[in-house]
Amino acid sequence: MKTGTGAATGRTAGPGPAAFRRERRLKWLKKLYGQRYLQAMALLGVAWMIVFNYIPMYGIIIAFKEFDIIFPISQAPWVGLDHFKEFFEDDNLVNVIRNTLGISLIKLVIGFPLPIIFALLLNEVRSVLFKKSIQTISYLPHFLSWVILGGILATWLSDVGIVNKVLLALNLIDEPITYLAEPQYFWSIVVASDIWKELGWSAIIYLAAISSVSPDLYEAATIDGAGRFQKIWSITLPAIKGTIAILFILAVSGLLNSNFDQILVLRNSLNDSASSVIDIYVYQTGIVDGRYSYSTAVGLLKSVIALGLLLGANYVTKKLNNTSLF
Amino acid sequence: MFSLKRQTRGEAVFGLVNGLLMLIICFVTLYPIWYVLVNAFNDGTDAMRGGIYWWPRKFSLDSFVTVFRSDGIMTAMGITVAKTVVGTVVHVLFTAMVAYAVSRGELIGRKLYMLIGTITMFFGGGLIPTYLLIRDLGMLDQFLVYIIPAMFSFFDLIIFLSFFREIPAGLEEAAKIDGANDFSIFLRVVIPVSMPVVATIALFHGVYQWNDYFTGMIYINNTDLQPIQTYLYRVVAQSSSNQMLASMPSGVTVGVTSQSLKLATMVVTTAPIVFVYPFLQKYFVKGFMIGSIKG
Repeated sequence: MKTGTGAATGRTAGPGPAAFRRERRLKWLKKLYGQRYLQAMALLGVAWMIVFNYIPMYGIIIAFKEFDIIFPISQAPWVGLDHFKEFFEDDNLVNVIRNTLGISLIKLVIGFPLPIIFALLLNEVRSVLFKKSIQTISYLPHFLSWVILGGILATWLSDVGIVNKVLLALNLIDEPITYLAEPQYFWSIVVASDIWKELGWSAIIYLAAISSVSPDLYEAATIDGAGRFQKIWSITLPAIKGTIAILFILAVSGLLNSNFDQILVLRNSLNDSASSVIDIYVYQTGIVDGRYSYSTAVGLLKSVIALGLLLGANYVTKKLNNTSLF
Repeated sequence: MFSLKRQTRGEAVFGLVNGLLMLIICFVTLYPIWYVLVNAFNDGTDAMRGGIYWWPRKFSLDSFVTVFRSDGIMTAMGITVAKTVVGTVVHVLFTAMVAYAVSRGELIGRKLYMLIGTITMFFGGGLIPTYLLIRDLGMLDQFLVYIIPAMFSFFDLIIFLSFFREIPAGLEEAAKIDGANDFSIFLRVVIPVSMPVVATIALFHGVYQWNDYFTGMIYINNTDLQPIQTYLYRVVAQSSSNQMLASMPSGVTVGVTSQSLKLATMVVTTAPIVFVYPFLQKYFVKGFMIGSIKG
């Protein structure tokens, strides 16, 4: 260590730059050795990501190849954009895009603001015990799996189910309807059940943001004679604007995700024309029909559009709101 | 502090309407679950007549007894418990370990590791390339397929990260002076003081493991290895509920129908989670908050 101080303090005599570099290298190696446990811990994570995230990314090239399960990916012949062309010529294209965007847009328009409204209203509940109970109850459905919910919904919506019983009793319908067998009801069922399941859970994040607003602001507003709605409008909402913006960016970038689990559970051959969305189509063509290259191409197309949506939404909110994900 | 102030008439009306609205939301949320519950506790044959809305008409535990006596369901339940417990412990410890390492500012290569991870949040291989990978790794029809591909999540790492940065450096230094290496500091100092975030991630991942049916559906053919959700999916979503009754040992109780059996299995499957989550609520609200500000 002593020899190195010459270069560092700028004395003319002593070791040259080469020796200095060597010493810095030595120091670096020493530091690396000192953190060998930390490095091992971090590199295990990196290794996991390389295997489970990056190798599948490499696997995407089968979208441009004619992949056959018997041979390794490297041996498959290149076919360029053939699979993408095939998708654009596919009769299912219009249907799949329409269902994906339709379901997601309705979820965005109805499902996005509802948790915000719920959080704002819940925040106005004065009794702490009542508030806590509502919260606990509202999370509950989030913890049920879509498989279970599929079972509950099938029971409710069957021709002898409670929905038909109630509607018949109210004379709103003349004969029972098997809702899951009729395509025209499918979107409503999907949107409504998703809201039912996630309303309370999605509100948590807004409630957390609301709780960090300083009570002084409300006190001051009360003294100035502001009513409840005025306080919500000019204090609470602006305070959670940033959270809303970030969640909106994420919601827009997920526009092509139409909750795979949910739709897989609720779909059947009778409602297929309304329930076939991109994710389902990828699953169906890939896992079920074994058309690996084609399915990967459709999946890749979806990811590219989703990334574009993410960047677009991020750009717009940044301009409007000065809030962004990155 | 609000009760001391005199409420205007408008405020009082608002409070009342708001309270009523909240009660309606609670009812709408709970009733579908209640409906399943009372029907599951009713005699199956009797339940077929319908009309059970508030309370069992002919109380019976037969469906539950059948569930607990049937081999297929109990095996699936065992797999679910095993994958949830093992999967959660492995996921939390592994993700936290990596997060702890990259939370140390002096770690050489830290920025690169973070970049590698951040990219994975926005790009992925998708369904088929992942399927091919799992196949090539020889994990089809292996219990490990539930554990290894789910043992790490970069999103969870970020939640851990913001928590670990707040730990006072003095704690680790003291352990270092006592001769502990970084790994034992992580296990014996960092994890114990990070229980709120550990509990949050454990709950999130535990729920994921418990509810996941897709892994069992695409990677597992051996019915002895399928989790209860996959079992239920095959019965519920493919609406061939008679196969469930057919798979029962002969001589099952008379009052059990495929429908009541389905409901009972749903109740048994969901009960553990419903019992656990209220106790962990205070943790996950906090964890959710930490996770959300990372932006």
